[in-house]
Amino acid sequence: MAEHILLRHLDLPDIDQLDVYLAHGGFEALRQAVTGKTPSDVIEIVKASGLRGRGGAGFPAGVKWSFLTPNVFPRYVVVNADESEPGTFKDREIMERNPYQFLEGVALCAYAAQAETAYIYCRGEFWDLTRRLEQRLAELEQRGLLGRNLFGTPYSLHIHMHLGAGAYICGEETALLESLEGKLGQPRLRPPFPAAKGLYGQPTVVNNVETLANLPPILARGADWYRTIGTAQSPGPKVFCLSGHVNRPGNYELPLGTTFRTLIFEHGGGIPGGHAAKAILPAGASAPLLMATDEVLDTPMDYESVAKAGSMLGSASVIVMDETVDIAWVGWKTTRFFKHESCGKCTPCREGTYWMLHVIERLRAGDGAAGDIDLLEAVARGMQGKCLCPLGEFAVMPVLSGIERFRPDYAALAGNGR
Amino acid sequence: MLKDSHPSEIETILAHYPPDQKRSAAMPLLYLAQSAYGYLSPAAIAEVADLVGASSTQVGSLVGFYSLYHDEPGGKVRMQVCVDLPCALKGADALAETVCRNLGIRLGETTPDGTITVEGVMCLAGCDKAPVFQSQESDGIHYHESQTVETAMAWVEQIRKGQADG
Repeated sequence: MAEHILLRHLDLPDIDQLDVYLAHGGFEALRQAVTGKTPSDVIEIVKASGLRGRGGAGFPAGVKWSFLTPNVFPRYVVVNADESEPGTFKDREIMERNPYQFLEGVALCAYAAQAETAYIYCRGEFWDLTRRLEQRLAELEQRGLLGRNLFGTPYSLHIHMHLGAGAYICGEETALLESLEGKLGQPRLRPPFPAAKGLYGQPTVVNNVETLANLPPILARGADWYRTIGTAQSPGPKVFCLSGHVNRPGNYELPLGTTFRTLIFEHGGGIPGGHAAKAILPAGASAPLLMATDEVLDTPMDYESVAKAGSMLGSASVIVMDETVDIAWVGWKTTRFFKHESCGKCTPCREGTYWMLHVIERLRAGDGAAGDIDLLEAVARGMQGKCLCPLGEFAVMPVLSGIERFRPDYAALAGNGR
Repeated sequence: MLKDSHPSEIETILAHYPPDQKRSAAMPLLYLAQSAYGYLSPAAIAEVADLVGASSTQVGSLVGFYSLYHDEPGGKVRMQVCVDLPCALKGADALAETVCRNLGIRLGETTPDGTITVEGVMCLAGCDKAPVFQSQESDGIHYHESQTVETAMAWVEQIRKGQADG
């Protein structure tokens, strides 16, 4: 793609300066929306654009907003900036390098939702970034681009930063809301969904950083323009996070539907040291492992095609592993992660991640019984479809797919013990 | 008491939330208390609970749940090395082990002079610049990316020198 829509700092390095952003049309979309469009006009444009949530679930953003319970106020917009999925580092780059486009997107979403207060929930580790965004918000209020009676209209908007404190589960939207209320970050039973009862029991929109960064260009250039990028079902640009065994790891903004091969070999410069790719995790730790076959490498990265190939696109955090990597070790790393991050609220996830890790560590210690692979699989299947939120479902994916698709790596560890 | 030592910070934090939803301020106030006292003692937790109108049990449970709060004193600086999958593929485990060996401690321990605690932590969202560690210090949390043993040890020496001078 010649022009960067989301990682605009790659074309305009000073776009993190407010005056530079304004000189390139910044906050025009917001001004035109607030002074000339109704909130439902904005929702209709976003629906027509086909923008799907970029946090992982891929749910159409405009549709999500239209679920807000009518005529109940105040409403809230909460930004999910709790970026914690292993292999995901796109929201951080957007907020650091193209911050005003993101903040304008938050404001557009708030206007569409008729919310006068928005919170940006950043993971606690983004301490320095949060301080910087606080300064930028103050600057925007001073310049009349946020705050009371925006552009001389009755609409007012205040955006606040809120820091988490180290809990992956807070990326789950209802756990995030609990955390923002000063409670443990544990998911709520749904329904009710946040659009009906969210923050403080009020109608709430929760969207990911990247999703919101799409809004200013959609509003400025129209839904038809947006649909010229990507595929019919998955329109628009996407930031792909490429990490692991590649020569040029990083964020790459490409149309949805770009193949793994193009991302890894053309943009990422291939695998270092003359090695071959063995496995791919397309959505961080939270998806089934794919074998890096020609068929998989030629799969277009859109929500439907990656599902057909046997995994999920999720947040598009592509972790590449070369043939030196033991997939049972990968299973240990991901299970360790999910066991640590399980919030403890529901039994299948709390106990399941504990026992999966126990069996994998026994195998790795050379103390595994012949039946331990079956046991591991049984624990994982015992969790599937039974957990309160997706964390538990995610935890089993790299393990079950590893056993199924890379069985020799597990078999090499089994049967050494009793 | 925080009320006496940091009144304006407390007021700024509380102003972000609706007046009847003060409990939302518990997490930012815990950061304030941790920065003021070095760690979150039962007395510090009680202070925060009092400020937000929640019980000490409710606020104390946050300290156990969230990994960036600490209920016992550690080194003056916590060096938190990401050892999750993408960083581990780039040698993060070996980096953490070597740094610990050089300091004569094990992962999770504090140097005998009380300066640095080295910990292994989960993904920090810096995978394209792996290996990565963050330093949790009294003035906040800072990232250190694209690390080698040499750059990590150079940072350690700088911290130790700063502590010795300070």
